[in-house]
Amino acid sequence: MYNERVMEEFSNPKNVGEIADANGVGTVGNATCGDIMKIFMKIDENRVIQDVGFQTFGCAAAIATSSAATQMIKGKTIDEALKITNSQVVESLGGLPAQKLHCSVLAEEAIKAAIHDYLENYEKKK
Amino acid sequence: MRRVYLDYSATTPVDERVFEAMKPYYTEMFGNANSLHCFGREGATAVDTSRRKIAALLDVKPTEIYFTSGGTEGDNWALKGVASAYRNKGRRIIVSSVEHAAMIASAKQLESDGFDVVFLPVDGGGRVLPEFLEKVITDDTVLVSVMTANNEIGTVQPIKELAEIAHKHGAYFHTDAVQAVGAIPIDIRGWNVDMLTFSAHKFYGPKGIGALFIKSGIKPSKIITGGHQERSMRGGTTNVPAVVGMAAALELALDNLEENSVRIGKLRDYFVEEIEKKVPYAIYNGDRVHRVPQNANFAFEFIEGESLLLRLDMVGIACSSGSACSSGSLDPSHVLLATGLPVEKAHGSIRFSFGKYTTKEDIDYVIENVVKAVENLRSISPLFSEFKGDKHYV
Repeated sequence: MYNERVMEEFSNPKNVGEIADANGVGTVGNATCGDIMKIFMKIDENRVIQDVGFQTFGCAAAIATSSAATQMIKGKTIDEALKITNSQVVESLGGLPAQKLHCSVLAEEAIKAAIHDYLENYEKKK
Repeated sequence: MRRVYLDYSATTPVDERVFEAMKPYYTEMFGNANSLHCFGREGATAVDTSRRKIAALLDVKPTEIYFTSGGTEGDNWALKGVASAYRNKGRRIIVSSVEHAAMIASAKQLESDGFDVVFLPVDGGGRVLPEFLEKVITDDTVLVSVMTANNEIGTVQPIKELAEIAHKHGAYFHTDAVQAVGAIPIDIRGWNVDMLTFSAHKFYGPKGIGALFIKSGIKPSKIITGGHQERSMRGGTTNVPAVVGMAAALELALDNLEENSVRIGKLRDYFVEEIEKKVPYAIYNGDRVHRVPQNANFAFEFIEGESLLLRLDMVGIACSSGSACSSGSLDPSHVLLATGLPVEKAHGSIRFSFGKYTTKEDIDYVIENVVKAVENLRSISPLFSEFKGDKHYV
């Protein structure tokens, strides 16, 4: 069902875990649907994502897209990160089964939610 | 890498002795059992002998055994065939809510065709209690169908009591015994069931062959029309080697039933005990007492079933996910939901099913790896962090 790239990302996910001093945190999905993705970001004063981590409850595709998406945004500015779409995440994984495409949407939404959290709850309050 | 197969409820390997019995019917004795010549007669004799053997093993008449392509066809035939043949007798059809998809989908089709279909509830262990049936059965009920043993959680149903209630109201009783034949004693006459579905590949026989027992006097409509095979009740060239294989497999399965089920049951109990001891927040799904020996089903909280299944697959362990996520649908198991398990926990459920080739060493390897995989997935689960009260969750 999954290609090798997806299985590799699922088997050895990168950027796993909570970042203690994160200043942007976004959570999307819910347990009833079977997927929750939580992304932690450490964003510096130049709005560059210095560090990123994730926690995911979900299937192999959800874990693989979390890993792929966090790698895509690490070191990018938040403006660049906001431009990343779910299809770019899917592309970086070499494709996902049709019924798993929603996982990539979740990854895009989680990135946006974390950046939004940073802008609303951190930058504004500085 | 070590490989451990714990998915015997999905399918079993063909026993070598069964395979040997089948072989000549692929090569030398390949005739069409319906042909009049000597090649055909060899096939017909093999089918006849196999039918008699199966009937004798189940203590029914050979004329009550109809060969099918397997469990799905048997379920479809019993339900749709009886509903259609006896539609003037009544419109109500009652099936349990934990049936195999073959039955659930057939029942839904009948519902859309205008039948009054009722899905029976189950208790927390997945059992259909006789009073649940009493409550919904009417005198215009045509058929009641409740599976002997559930495929996901292994729950064994009180078939005799349920059949008796059905008969009191003039309804026929069918049971899908696909997971039960070869696992627990089957007593067609004692239970007084009218129809019973079984499938060879669940008891070390070949895939693509099964049978429907239909009690003399009951005539469901045909659903596969064509030739005169199976006493004109089911068209299609008889799969002679598979029929021979099913008879051989059933004989082996029933000869060794007690020995195998005791041994497998002990391994299963050991596995369950160890998992409950070593993995916190693991819910044992199903009924602890009324259960086939080969089944263990756990909901591992805070993680999702498909991830666990694939993590175990990476270390050579084959099991099955209770979350239908892996099978294309995103809805969790209808069986687990029917038992009252919350959706998020149903998503994290895994079925381990044991068989005659499972060893204690296999089980120890699986326990060790389940512990590791669950810990690993929990370490990246936001639900587990939230549960533990980590920083970003308070």
